[in-house]
Amino acid sequence: MAEAALHTAPTLAGRASDLLWRRQGLLILLLILPPALWLGIIYLGSLFALLAQSFFSIDEFSGLINYEFTLSTYAELFRPSNLDIIIRTVVMASAVTIAAAIIGFPVAYYAARYARGRWKALFYLGVMLPLWSSYLVKVYSWKLILAKEGIVSWLFETLGLTWLLEAYLSLPILGGNSLSVSWTGTFLVFLYVWIPFMILPIQAALERVPVSMLEASGDLGANPGQTFRHVLLPLALPGVVAGSIFTFSLTLGDYIIPQIVGTSARMIGQAVYQFQGTAGNIPLAAAFAVVPILIMGVYLYVARRMGAFNAL
Amino acid sequence: MHSDRAPLALKIAAAFGLLFMHVPILLIFVYAFTTEDKSYQWPPPGYTLKWFGVTWGRADVWEALSLSLRVAAISTVIALILGTLCAAAVARTRFFGRETISLLVILPIALPGIITGISLRSAFNLADIPFSFWTIVLGHATFCVVVVYNNAVARFRRTSGSLVEASMDLGANAFQTFRYVILPNISTALLAGGMLAFALSFDEVIVTTFTAGQQQTLPIWMLEELVRPRQRPVTNVVAMIVVLVTFLPILGAFYLTRGTDTVAGQGK
Repeated sequence: MAEAALHTAPTLAGRASDLLWRRQGLLILLLILPPALWLGIIYLGSLFALLAQSFFSIDEFSGLINYEFTLSTYAELFRPSNLDIIIRTVVMASAVTIAAAIIGFPVAYYAARYARGRWKALFYLGVMLPLWSSYLVKVYSWKLILAKEGIVSWLFETLGLTWLLEAYLSLPILGGNSLSVSWTGTFLVFLYVWIPFMILPIQAALERVPVSMLEASGDLGANPGQTFRHVLLPLALPGVVAGSIFTFSLTLGDYIIPQIVGTSARMIGQAVYQFQGTAGNIPLAAAFAVVPILIMGVYLYVARRMGAFNAL
Repeated sequence: MHSDRAPLALKIAAAFGLLFMHVPILLIFVYAFTTEDKSYQWPPPGYTLKWFGVTWGRADVWEALSLSLRVAAISTVIALILGTLCAAAVARTRFFGRETISLLVILPIALPGIITGISLRSAFNLADIPFSFWTIVLGHATFCVVVVYNNAVARFRRTSGSLVEASMDLGANAFQTFRYVILPNISTALLAGGMLAFALSFDEVIVTTFTAGQQQTLPIWMLEELVRPRQRPVTNVVAMIVVLVTFLPILGAFYLTRGTDTVAGQGK
């Protein structure tokens, strides 16, 4: 280094890089400053501005925001109609998460344990393509499928099972006029759109399970069911929990899917959207937005305790 | 290995899962050719290429497409710069607040999009910033950073630090080292990250509904059509083209980051 410096004239670039080499702290500061400023000011700044507004209230008569500290906006969340929205959303998110884990697990397990070479690539793309393809197109495809004149009705009719579909649709809560305006429809679309987010972390967790462990379990006399229950599942659990973070969080905050496929009863995302938009009640919208943040905060804390972050 | 035969039940369950993930999208391809224009009738009563021509002549589709491409391009460039800087700082060094920075990068995508969207919107309102092309870019770049960051940080960890030291020992300054040693090493990771960021921005709708004024990106255009259908066959054709267009960067990113296959039990 010193010798090189003797031969070359100390250019500006040379001096600058010497300084950065000697003072690594300065280099890191220069590297981290632009992204930290961008995310800190634009993202965190607006996030905190929003949260601050949840402590304001709206004047019922004038419709103007009253800039005085109050907890009354949060109290409004506990009105029966608002509480219903929260409970409905959490139940939906849980149902979607459980179903995604059940359907996704075999795909992840096959991809991690048995697929090799060309099949491995195929499974990888088979999960990545749906993950990355357009969210709206995916929702739209289900509007086509679940429509009254769509392929599901056609299938049931062809199989002579129209009575079964009608019996299902006449069920309270789950059913409706047609599948595309029922909770079952909303559930199916959520499941479809978020399932790749569940598969990838499970697969990552399963990739780390040595085959020899499963063989040892078999050698020691466990049947496949016992091996699954006592060896594979505990080892895969961090992956399942990691995946559930995505499916749960994404369902909690979505407002487009229940608007396009589903009933008129609202979920948290729709409530936030309407309170800030047509109703102009930013404080209540902000308070509603805090609900998913809080739920996810607790969820992430528990997930961390279960070691889910190592599977990401 | 002798025990490496999957049980039949597992095969069926895995196949079912994959079919569940792919059949709905494939149906869109069929619907793009249907002659039926009033309902979503299955099976289609007939097939036609007519709607491709109709879509080609629609100015609103072209405008939305062009806006989406411009937003995605600029957001990707910003995300590439910020994501790489962040990854370079986090990957090779331990400093105070490292964990906080990683969390900060992931947060915009970990929290529901509606929260990012509504915070940005109320911040723009508070600061009296009118909605424009740039407010859309601001939102998109913020959540695209994480994809570039993830790709770059993985590559930085795999690139040996002694390469940089060797380059400096041989007399290159920091900028030459970056240009001739670091950049070639991380370029494919950046390209992959950039492609994914582009796809993410091109498709984004939730944040965009809050940060766009009158402009329509392609996803906003589609959302309008979904809520208030005007000409269903045109929507079908656009949906199919969007699927095809987003497949390209995904496949590209896949081939660029390939070759890091793991064997069961060997993953870290």
